[in-house]
Amino acid sequence: MKGESSPTAISTALRRSLSEFGIGIALILEIIIFSQLSPYFFTAENILNVSLQSSITAIIAAGMTFVILTAGIDLSVGSVVALSGVLATSALKFDVPLSTGFPLAILVALIIGIVSGSIAGVFITKFSITPFIVTLALMTIWRGTAFIYTDGRPVWGLPEEFSMLGSGRIFEVPVPTLIMLAVYIVSYIVLKYTRFGRYVYAVGGNREAARLAGINTNRILFCVYMICGALAGISGILLASRMNSGQPNAGLMYELDVIAAVVVGGTSLFGGRGSIVGTFIGAMLIGILRNGLNLLNVGSYVQMVVLGVVILLAVMLDQIRKR
Amino acid sequence: MIPLLSLHNICKEYPGVLALDDVSFELYAGEVHCLVGENGAGKSTLMKILSGAIRKNSGSTLIDGKEIEINSPIDAQKYGIGVIYQDFKLVPELTVAENILLGKEARKGNSPFIDYKKMHQVAAAVLLQLGEEIPTTLPVRELSVAQRQIVEIAKALSKKVRILAMDEPSAALTDKELKNLFRVIRGLKAEGVGIIYISHRFEEIFEIGDRVTVLRDGKFIHRCPVTEADRRSLIRWMVGRELEQEYPKVELTRGKEILRIELLNAGILQDINLILYREEIFGLAGLVGAGRSELARVIFGADPKESGKIFLEGKEVNPRSPREAIDLGIGLLTEDRNRFGLIMQMAVRENISLANLRDLLSGPFVNKAKEIAIAKKFTDGLRIKTPTVEREVESLSGGNRQKVVLARWLYTKSKLLIFDEPTAGIDIGVKYEIYNLINKLAQEGIGVIVISSELPELLGMCDRIGVMCEGQIAGILSRSDFSQEKIMMLATGGKEEVMNEG
Ligand SMILES: Nc1ncnc2c1ncn2[C@@H]1O[C@H](COP(=O)(O)OP(=O)(O)OP(=O)(O)O)[C@@H](O)[C@H]1O
Ligand SMILES: [Mg+2]
Repeated sequence: MKGESSPTAISTALRRSLSEFGIGIALILEIIIFSQLSPYFFTAENILNVSLQSSITAIIAAGMTFVILTAGIDLSVGSVVALSGVLATSALKFDVPLSTGFPLAILVALIIGIVSGSIAGVFITKFSITPFIVTLALMTIWRGTAFIYTDGRPVWGLPEEFSMLGSGRIFEVPVPTLIMLAVYIVSYIVLKYTRFGRYVYAVGGNREAARLAGINTNRILFCVYMICGALAGISGILLASRMNSGQPNAGLMYELDVIAAVVVGGTSLFGGRGSIVGTFIGAMLIGILRNGLNLLNVGSYVQMVVLGVVILLAVMLDQIRKR
Repeated sequence: MIPLLSLHNICKEYPGVLALDDVSFELYAGEVHCLVGENGAGKSTLMKILSGAIRKNSGSTLIDGKEIEINSPIDAQKYGIGVIYQDFKLVPELTVAENILLGKEARKGNSPFIDYKKMHQVAAAVLLQLGEEIPTTLPVRELSVAQRQIVEIAKALSKKVRILAMDEPSAALTDKELKNLFRVIRGLKAEGVGIIYISHRFEEIFEIGDRVTVLRDGKFIHRCPVTEADRRSLIRWMVGRELEQEYPKVELTRGKEILRIELLNAGILQDINLILYREEIFGLAGLVGAGRSELARVIFGADPKESGKIFLEGKEVNPRSPREAIDLGIGLLTEDRNRFGLIMQMAVRENISLANLRDLLSGPFVNKAKEIAIAKKFTDGLRIKTPTVEREVESLSGGNRQKVVLARWLYTKSKLLIFDEPTAGIDIGVKYEIYNLINKLAQEGIGVIVISSELPELLGMCDRIGVMCEGQIAGILSRSDFSQEKIMMLATGGKEEVMNEG
């Protein structure tokens, strides 16, 4: 048997990392093009700005990667963002000192996400309903709940300090960007180096074979929806903080941006294949596109068209490379 | 005479593997041409090139002496080539009839509507040719491997073909189905169809083959009429060395009880009683659908039991999931590696360690260095043919995939290991090594149950054989009573023979 350093081993390793490369090349191309078109684009300030603007979808996309790796989908994330936003901001309005109110709000946001994920998990594992249907239902349920709870009006009048979470900076770096980086580093480690991560891929690759190899497949499925929900919950409070209000219509259509980021990043909707690095690049690709088009004063209608075209091109590039 | 089919100087390269190296092959009308070789020799690759499923790098294809180009399965069909693939190409959600007639559905006159009544009639007729009565309205996902195999064969038979390639059609079949298959093959021969037959079971080659071609490592080694070959010479051509004997049986002195099953009922299983001892190899024989795999799955907690008791080392156990069974020390190598065994997208290394990751944990992390070492140990020991342990299992040949699943369960260090068709699709050289491994497991005091459709294998390796028939244990034979006839009689329901439980 040949050693790990043999040419074939290297080519195998190369092939694997290339799956992230393909989309990486698209990202670099995009950066080059925008740098040429707009002098402001490639400045530190704008780069930080892009990272801030993409952070919220990127954080959810990390969770969505876990879900899609198991061949599932979570359509409820956008509504979870809204519900967690309005409930967390309402918690801030309790008559308690900010030192309690602040952690309480974060806790509320997290719990909303985890509860939503758990409910999805129960229906998917215990009642064997397809994830698409379960999360589609939750999507409208949570959105409706957010509107009912607020009576359709945003939650205003929040303490000043609350905006720190979404708009504050530590050493010039926006707080959401830092949270996003932390989420990606942890997700990367979990997926790549832990037993849980391995099981996520196995369940997505062949669920019955995974079960027969002694994997508690239901637990793994349950966990990935919980992770995705929790990250959507956190995103909800970040978004509320950026808008300095709890908006019941926040996060509308986020699920599409998030799923696009994951798929553009090379994760297969059939499960078992993909990576968190790919998702990160995918989320950045979409974020940069938005930012660049804004800098070029491209109208939002045209942006929609361009975004769709770029998604198609990126995925096509990926397919051509695989041949 | 012009050959029906000639393949000249075919080469096919995969990254890191030269799967076919300048191989030529020819087939005459009315001939059964057998193709043999070790796992990964390139047999399936040659068939896939013939069927247009993959493209060759170089070489030429001639039909009736005229050069043609096969670029897709549609081309192959046009030239009258039918292929039964080793890993089936059935649509699980469609019914048996829809699968058999896929692409040539019966329609109501010239309308776009499918004539289901006719579909089922036609499908049932094809199945009947094979002596099978699988309900044609059943979705394929509900069939056993053997039944799927039969449907796959029926699918190929339902087309008018001039060339029929069968890639290990017998791997999941027992003698009864095989007899029917051979009858059909003889019929096709008489009609002038050329047949390519791939198998690792030599008896079949001697029975049905006219000529045999041997491949090794992607190269042509030998070709001759079957009458000029015998087991020894075939093995020598295949493996490149002599093999002393086929079944390395060691004498074992039966130890203490390891597994006891009392009045077990589940699904088709009825009142199963069974005692298994350490240091013996226990075989389970029976026809397709007799309940052998079902019994294994219940012991392993993969399927629920309705009543009855299972004792492991004298203690009653009740595994409700494979996880619990593995924790108790029970392992099951399932049949049908593609569906129940492997995670295709994962590396060889990851597939081997999957059932025993706990052994590799430091904290929540998988110790990759140790994992690689383990994977290498098994790929070397079982001669799993792959450029590296990082290669996805998907790119391995059928037999090598089987070895990966086998490695997984060998690595679990169980107290009781159930092997369901452990040598399906495995070449003769490696079979021998697997038998040695199973012997060693038994000697170490691990309880071993072997389920096999290959009777000679059970007769050669086991200390006792339980024969199942319609969900019941029809009898248990000990080594001194072994005979093919007795087993077949029990398996088909002749229950008069009273068996000694000694
Ligand atoms: N898609 C693929 N990518 C890379 N290598 C492949 C691929 N398919 C087959 N191979 C390699 O080609 C070689 C020949 O494989 P093939 O499936 O033809 O063997 P085989 O003779 O049919 O063996 P078996 O008896 O195990 O079925 C093997 O080494 C296999 O690993
Ligand atoms: Mg093969």
